[in-house]
Amino acid sequence: MIGLLQNLIDALSLGSIYALTALGIGLLFGILRLINFAHGDFITIGAYALIVPSADVTARMLIGDFNIALMLPAIALIVIVAALLTDALVFRPLRRSSPPTLMIGSFAVSYIIQNAVLMMYGSRPKAINLWSDANTQVIIGDLRVPMLQVITLVVTLALMAGLSVFLKKSRYGVQMRAAAEDFRMAQYLGVRGNFVIGLAFAISGILASAVALLYVTQSGSLSHTMGVPLALFAFVAVVIGGMGSLVGAVVGGFLVGFIVTMLQAYLPPDLRAFRDAFAFAFVILVLLVRPAGLVPARNTVERV
Amino acid sequence: MSAKTLLPALARHQSPALLALCLLAIVALASLTGSDTVQVTVAEMMIRVIVVVGLYVFIGNSGIISFGHIGFMCVGAYAAAWATAQPTFKQIMLSGLPVFLQEAEYPFLVAVAGSFALPALVALILGAAIMRLSGTACSIATFAFLVIVNSVYSNWDSVTAGVSSIIGIPTVVGPWIGFAFALLAIAVAHLFQISRFGLMLRASRDDEVAARASAVDVLKVRLAAFVLSAALVGMGGGLYAQFLGILTVDPFYLNLSFITLAMLVVGGMFSLTGAVCGVVAVTAIVEVLRFLERGGLGVALPQGSQELGLGVLMALILVFRPKGLTGGRELRIPRRWPQLGFRRKRLEQRPQEG
Repeated sequence: MIGLLQNLIDALSLGSIYALTALGIGLLFGILRLINFAHGDFITIGAYALIVPSADVTARMLIGDFNIALMLPAIALIVIVAALLTDALVFRPLRRSSPPTLMIGSFAVSYIIQNAVLMMYGSRPKAINLWSDANTQVIIGDLRVPMLQVITLVVTLALMAGLSVFLKKSRYGVQMRAAAEDFRMAQYLGVRGNFVIGLAFAISGILASAVALLYVTQSGSLSHTMGVPLALFAFVAVVIGGMGSLVGAVVGGFLVGFIVTMLQAYLPPDLRAFRDAFAFAFVILVLLVRPAGLVPARNTVERV
Repeated sequence: MSAKTLLPALARHQSPALLALCLLAIVALASLTGSDTVQVTVAEMMIRVIVVVGLYVFIGNSGIISFGHIGFMCVGAYAAAWATAQPTFKQIMLSGLPVFLQEAEYPFLVAVAGSFALPALVALILGAAIMRLSGTACSIATFAFLVIVNSVYSNWDSVTAGVSSIIGIPTVVGPWIGFAFALLAIAVAHLFQISRFGLMLRASRDDEVAARASAVDVLKVRLAAFVLSAALVGMGGGLYAQFLGILTVDPFYLNLSFITLAMLVVGGMFSLTGAVCGVVAVTAIVEVLRFLERGGLGVALPQGSQELGLGVLMALILVFRPKGLTGGRELRIPRRWPQLGFRRKRLEQRPQEG
């Protein structure tokens, strides 16, 4: 029983990371019909922004040493700028392109960012020590819960609540939802297209920077491809959840976290190495049963 | 055949023939230089031609992007390695293989046939499942497939030697053999493209609803293209294994997916000519960048600039020439040659592709 609870907590914490990543991807998909491969690399940028750019093996903190009240906005700002830059340089010229072209474009952006990071910081993974105090455990009865998992969950819920209030109550949030519903119609009604898209990139940048910090604290290492697996799992989460639905992205994220954790815990040991294969095979299965995802978005059904 | 039927037939098949001539010229020039590095580069380029043409069969005709085809390349490469590696090695390192593979060493063509058939079978099963999805979801499902292949092949120690490598595969593939199979791939892709299936698939790419309304079984034609393209890409993988002589899982992942996709996009993903030209163009550019990285002009570019250059090139192509260098057209003899102008008029009235 305790084992199961422990696993559930792990699943919640891993699921939070995936859900936050999936939310960033889903937000852009809703408005732009863009599957943003580069989202994982936004996370990488956020993580590398902590340290001094150099090819040394040991990472020296730069922004990572700032006071937390200064550091969080600084990291977020860097990722937002990076996200807006990719929009301005690549995605804005591709506005009228088809979804496959956009997808390839974001694949190219991802490749560019990865190799740019590799050029600046070298190809070897670096160890990094961010908030190692957060790894202490809180003991509740027989349960040992790492503080970090609690923080991850709280941060995730807070960000989701914030985003939800923003989208529902604020003027710009309503505009964003309108654009996601029907971009052209929203433009006719006076929503500024590029502004809303820029806003979506900025928010996905904020989400990516949050994931970067949580993930780095947990893993304690940096590498130029660190964002890739996160993005891959998050894509799958977006697809399972139902493309274009933000609730779906979150549900998908938690579900993927749950599947991965449970496979890790309950697969027989000699099959455990195949965890990712099972997880992704499960995804294909889910898609077979529900091709439109668990929470189908109304507006992604193609109309003639 | 009389001249009347021969000429249209020639005209119909001129693009693949011209492409073959271009590749022939490249291989012939390469063997004239006699330099080993050039030979290796050209042999690898021919293998890439096979892979990218294979990718084109699905992506170009269906309009759905697949990120997972490198998974088929991996499956094909390992199929060839299982067939041709030395039995002594297989019995020790790959003890999970079936006995008929463990105890024998098969000839080259059998290995290639295996690397053609196994991925096709996998694609048939996978495709039957995922071809029902919408374009974008299908692309992501192919991604899932790539991860599955990577995870399985790097962990299934008794069959794939896990993350360590399979060694002692006979290295029989050089520029000429590569060229021969590239011709085969181009011919197959061309014949598929002008076949009924190919035309129906292209119709569904341009307007899925209209194609369905015209009784095109979209699922079936997509699946056919998926299987055929997986087989070609797998064959490319089989040749790649027998070109390298040593095989690991690592190369068959996102980087290679990116490079092959970049080749297709740079050339123009909606024409066979584009697929072939893209390989040649990107190989040339990558070689130049590598030369500069090594300090060819006195100053060495930093490590990673080759990849960066390729990424930027791809982004530029997407923005400024979204249909690629070929613009989605096939290679043809220019139509306004003075004497032939009259005969070609009639052919010209056929609807343009792409």
